[in-house]
Amino acid sequence: MTNKVATSGSLRNRLVFTLIGGAAVLALLFFFVVRSFSVQIAQQGQDNILLASATSMLDAAAIRNSTIELDLPYSAFSMLSTQADDRIFYAILQDGKFLSGYEDLVGVDASSSNTPTFKTSFVRGAKVRIISASRTLIGASERTEIQIILAQTQDDLSKTLDQISRNAAFLGFGFFALTSALSFWATSATIGQLGKLTKSVTRRGPQDLRPFKRSVPKEMGPLVSSLNSLMGRLDQSLSQSEDFIAEAAHRVRTPLATVRSYADATLQRVDKEENREAMRSMIKAIDESSRAAGQLLDHAMITFRADHLVREEINLVELTRDLVERLTPIAEMKDLSLALHSDDQVIYKGDPVLIQNAVRNLIDNAMKYGPMESTIEIFVSRVPSPSVTVCDNGPGFPVGEIESLTTRFQRGENSKDIVGSGLGLTIARDVALAHGGNIHLENKLEGGACVTLSL
Amino acid sequence: MRNLVALGLIIWCSAVWSQEWEDRKLFNTEDAATNIRIISSTDTDLFAPLVDAFVSQNPDVSIEYLVTGTADINHRFRASPEAFDIVISSAMDLQFKLTNDGFALNLDGVTHPAWAQWRQSLFAFTSEPAAIVIKRSEFAGHPIPRSRQELIEALRSRPEVFKGRIGTYDVRQSGLGYLFATQDARASETFWRLMEVMGGLDVQLYCCSGEMIDDLTDGKIAVAYNVLGSYAEARPESRETLEIILPSDFPTTMLRTAFVSKTSSEPAAAKRFLEFLLSTQSNRTGNIRSLPPLIDQTAGVEGSKITLEPTLMTFLDTLKRNKFLAEWENALIHN
Repeated sequence: MTNKVATSGSLRNRLVFTLIGGAAVLALLFFFVVRSFSVQIAQQGQDNILLASATSMLDAAAIRNSTIELDLPYSAFSMLSTQADDRIFYAILQDGKFLSGYEDLVGVDASSSNTPTFKTSFVRGAKVRIISASRTLIGASERTEIQIILAQTQDDLSKTLDQISRNAAFLGFGFFALTSALSFWATSATIGQLGKLTKSVTRRGPQDLRPFKRSVPKEMGPLVSSLNSLMGRLDQSLSQSEDFIAEAAHRVRTPLATVRSYADATLQRVDKEENREAMRSMIKAIDESSRAAGQLLDHAMITFRADHLVREEINLVELTRDLVERLTPIAEMKDLSLALHSDDQVIYKGDPVLIQNAVRNLIDNAMKYGPMESTIEIFVSRVPSPSVTVCDNGPGFPVGEIESLTTRFQRGENSKDIVGSGLGLTIARDVALAHGGNIHLENKLEGGACVTLSL
Repeated sequence: MRNLVALGLIIWCSAVWSQEWEDRKLFNTEDAATNIRIISSTDTDLFAPLVDAFVSQNPDVSIEYLVTGTADINHRFRASPEAFDIVISSAMDLQFKLTNDGFALNLDGVTHPAWAQWRQSLFAFTSEPAAIVIKRSEFAGHPIPRSRQELIEALRSRPEVFKGRIGTYDVRQSGLGYLFATQDARASETFWRLMEVMGGLDVQLYCCSGEMIDDLTDGKIAVAYNVLGSYAEARPESRETLEIILPSDFPTTMLRTAFVSKTSSEPAAAKRFLEFLLSTQSNRTGNIRSLPPLIDQTAGVEGSKITLEPTLMTFLDTLKRNKFLAEWENALIHN
């Protein structure tokens, strides 16, 4: 039953990896987008302040008495003060000629366009943002251009960016962790539905081929419906074959009875010993066939009833006593006696027809194997569970075959010369299983076999 | 002969070297392995107790203490930054610019309040207000001026007493004088009126606080404007005769600052000294302190404090400085 199914990959792993991978990619994307935005914004902020500072410096320039005066405003540097104490470099140029400030800034930016230009560069070993802005002054007789080159280090900017990056990283990681947990949950919830279905398939009894009625997610609908239709067809073909067997057994039994009565009559008329012997063998074979047919019928009936178990309150003692009374004539024909040992009453809820059938099969078996002039002991007890035990004084079960004897059509090593189909124990076992019990076979120490049907 | 010439040259050189300094003192020369050179504008008398305390705790360090003016410190240090380990000056603007220009060493691990340091390189260790110091005897029977405005009135009312007997910094020579003058000018127009009055009374110009106090004590001058009160307080003979007035209209307070040279040959010892200096000056219970302590100014009167900010560089701009000096000369010096 546990044949290996070929599998390739895992649905759960595929789902988890896809979701977590997606989350990781999104988290990284988030981090880089936030970082690049904040770089832009922070740089924009620094540029704006640099522009304001340079503009205020340019505004302070004036021509007085044909000379340039630039009264550097206090605010120009004051607005450049940062938390991280950034350094400032500046140069004031007139028509490209250095006037004051830091001479090493001259030439860093040679552009003299009227729109301010920004760039990032290195001054005195420090990374700086440089603005270059200029303004044309018109005096009485001359035009002159004042250029301001202003540079500020980026310590504060990188500090801010570090902080933003750290926060973005935390946020991205949190997002990732949350999504991972969510994807684990979603995956196991999804796969769980499959697991539930699998469990309910596995839990079913071997005979249970009813369609699944429990609601399942939409996506699993086709699977369940095709499973149901497969089981439906299986059920149908099973019941067809059971029907067929029952029908066949029934059809065979009646003609066999006729043949047997003819054979009996013929035996009375035949005188020659060898012919009588042949007739006897014939009768024995007919008996065997009709018995097999009967058991097949029983089995088909049991299979049907076990599927639609009807439980009613019965007294096992009474049930067994009835059987013993009915079977006593047959036993006497074989020079056997039946002894029933029991409590007053053992009340059990079960299918009386099935249980009766099972117990009869057990007694039948015992009568077949019990030697002449012996007693078959039948015990009915309430503890530990309601059970019926049938013991004979026959040869007992062959050691080593006890396990396999209850399978269909299996007969013991030592039953070659005894009429039987091998269905007796199978029927008893099926009945026990249908009631949630089992049968137990053992050999008595002093010889003989015991079969216990516990319910 | 050659040896003689060489010896002569050495003697001449060392003579020149020592002549060039206002003062020069060696501490703990005997058994010291490392030597640090401090170039400073602070008078040796004021600073010596601190250095003594340091070398007694650190016998492995000897200190050469060189004193000169604030503007001179700026020139000499820029010319040969590798020759000095620690630079101490009262001219905050010059110190700031040296730091901004990259001459100062970044000292990680030195804990100092944010307002009293810049870039973890330049550290303030005193708070010293600019004061008006007067000779008490000259104001006997007259009200003592408590603000600049009152000083103007006092000077105007008795020009015969104060003619040629007012002293202030020559801002062209003194870095600290320039810093005080520019901060005053920024704070109020009163400064310019005071300068004009002083100019009319034939003001005496000085390079340094010390000389101004000397002349005041001697009675050569009656009033010294924008002088460091700490210098006057430090002299026991001046306490009886001089009165130190912190102008009530707007006091200007300077922070004396120090930094370790980036090209220092003994950065570890220099850092140790700086940490000692800062902790001594910040710790109000210290008994070896000879300089005014560092007082948190953030709670002070608005406009009174000179902060360690890039704005300090504003008046160091050549164009701005030329303009300011021209105005100053115009107000103060009448030919």
